[in-house]
Amino acid sequence: MSNGARLRQRAGAALWRRPWLRGVLTLSPPLLWFLVVYLASLVTMLVTAFFSVNSLTGSVVYQWTWSNFSQILTQPVYGSIILRTLVMAVAVTVTDALVALPFAFFLAKIASRRWRQLLLAMLLLPLWASYLAKVYAWINILSDKGVLPGIESRLGLPTTHIAYSNIAMWIVFSYLWLPFMIVPIYGAFERVPDSLLEASSDLGAGAWSTFRWILLPMVLPGVVAGSIFTFSLTLGDFITPLLIGGSSSNFIGNAIYDSALNGGNLPFAAALAFVSIAIMAVYLLLARFAGAFEAL
Amino acid sequence: MNNPRFRRWTGFSVMALILSLGAVPATFAGSAGASSSTPPTQGMAPQQSVGKGEGTLNLIAWEGYAQPQWVAPFTKSTGCKVNVKYAGSSSEMVSLMANGGGHQYDLVSASGDADLRLIYGGNVKPINVNLVPSWKQFRPFLQAPSFNTINGRHYGISYEFGPNVLLYSTKTFATAPTSWSVLYNKAYKGKITVPNNPIQIADAALYLSKVKPQLKITDPYELTQTQFKAAVSLLKTQHPLIKKYWDLASQEISLFQNGSVVAGAAWPYQTNTLQAAGAKVADTIPSEGATGWADTWLLATNAPHPNCAYKWMQYVSTPKVQAEEALYFGETPANTQACAIMNTLQKGGCAAYHANAPASYFSTIKFWKTPLAACGNGKSNCVDFTQWQQAWTQIAG
Repeated sequence: MSNGARLRQRAGAALWRRPWLRGVLTLSPPLLWFLVVYLASLVTMLVTAFFSVNSLTGSVVYQWTWSNFSQILTQPVYGSIILRTLVMAVAVTVTDALVALPFAFFLAKIASRRWRQLLLAMLLLPLWASYLAKVYAWINILSDKGVLPGIESRLGLPTTHIAYSNIAMWIVFSYLWLPFMIVPIYGAFERVPDSLLEASSDLGAGAWSTFRWILLPMVLPGVVAGSIFTFSLTLGDFITPLLIGGSSSNFIGNAIYDSALNGGNLPFAAALAFVSIAIMAVYLLLARFAGAFEAL
Repeated sequence: MNNPRFRRWTGFSVMALILSLGAVPATFAGSAGASSSTPPTQGMAPQQSVGKGEGTLNLIAWEGYAQPQWVAPFTKSTGCKVNVKYAGSSSEMVSLMANGGGHQYDLVSASGDADLRLIYGGNVKPINVNLVPSWKQFRPFLQAPSFNTINGRHYGISYEFGPNVLLYSTKTFATAPTSWSVLYNKAYKGKITVPNNPIQIADAALYLSKVKPQLKITDPYELTQTQFKAAVSLLKTQHPLIKKYWDLASQEISLFQNGSVVAGAAWPYQTNTLQAAGAKVADTIPSEGATGWADTWLLATNAPHPNCAYKWMQYVSTPKVQAEEALYFGETPANTQACAIMNTLQKGGCAAYHANAPASYFSTIKFWKTPLAACGNGKSNCVDFTQWQQAWTQIAG
């Protein structure tokens, strides 16, 4: 037997005898990647939040300070930006849930197989299109010379001026993230056995009672799972406010963008990012208690 | 909270927190940033001759400043391959240079409001203008302007300049508005757009300098606390009239195209683009005058390709390139010899972009510069750039 083959055999035997070594060797490359690339950069960012910049030259001053956080807390403008972002994320999540529930129910329980395939395809098709193209399409629909005011004036209705406002953002966000809500709810409805619905109606429950007491508790984890997507995607967005938002439409993301790119103030941007992370952490904990991770 | 999975999460985050807290003092203690009253690179002697090109040139530039029609001939004649990083704002240029980019880039086409920040930050160094022959053909006021020349040291070579104009829909305004008051007029509520940029405070200050002479504003970039407050409160009353604060020129173009706004603060570039697309718009410089930009190619302190950088400064200062750039972007060249070439490239091009305008035209433009605590009058009671930025967040937030 050659030396190399013997070595390989002994290494193989050693690994076979020590399962923990096998585990360490298999896991360490991805773990190292996770620690160094992912967590280290995150920690660096969070540490940066405690520095400041020289206002004239834009270079980072490496001195420990709470000033970024006290600015966020004391200046009312950041309070209103954070509140606006939060309210929008909640509004979009609720809207998407209300639209997605009947749609997903139809998809899972009523539609024939052919219809279901067709609808699912139509639902997922927009995900292939560019995010920007979709937002620009909405600008063309909502703006003053756009499709919607055109139809309204044809019908003799008063024309609306929705583009470049928070209502426009709400519509566009709800449209953009709807598939992310429907898919987990659809999955949850699929898991509800038809026999339960039949039993419920056999026992005399009406449509509403069946929905309220049988269906909703069973699909709620799906709704919460979908809401994680709609909530976090809205919370972190800055492009839709930039493109179709109005004069009071800045999100946390826009404030980060402005302070990092235009202000050259990376520490302040990092402190703002802290806010997003904190909100998301609270939301994920709540979602966890609602059982969302079991439904994913 | 007695869920084992949750406890593992907590343990992990506590560990991360301890790691992060421990890392800070060890790594960064003691190294504070500093700024001084003389530029840190003032003592660096500029090179006396231009040697052989290094084969590469890395630029930070405004979009439209490195078009193939004049970059390709440059590369062909000098052998310097040009790489460009486009920046969207003056501040982005400063952060690119300040955050490590200074070792990578050779030149930056900064506007007046970024120049002093780069110079006092030590990101750029003095140049030898005698190595740029066309510099002698420049308009006198662009040979050594205060925004790129300090204590007789040139930190860069002027390029092109232009005014911020009042762009308006000719459907709404039969005749050109004569005052910036249009942008503060409640009659056009929800039909106005202005740039999302702190330097916009200077536009308000310029307007106030004419309509409220009792404020005694002489320079819209050197504002005392009282003057600054007046400008900020004017902009706060403007907020409800604004349809959108634009971040990109293309946004303002579509706002006018789809009829969402009828008046706004703009660059001539937007007017050109809109008119070329058939939109019914025009622009004007109202009676109060206008702010504007004057760009400079600044040489990075650690420029890895200084010879190619000098070759580029020589090349873009020549009348031909200056004329091409002026027509492409819609701005005015620094080189006085560019006028004739502009006319051959585009009929009436020289007059259209004011390349032949008398000196009185230039004095109507208040060029962007960095607001500093030190006012021009020797006092240091002016509002500095940080406060401009914070105030802008309050206005546009």
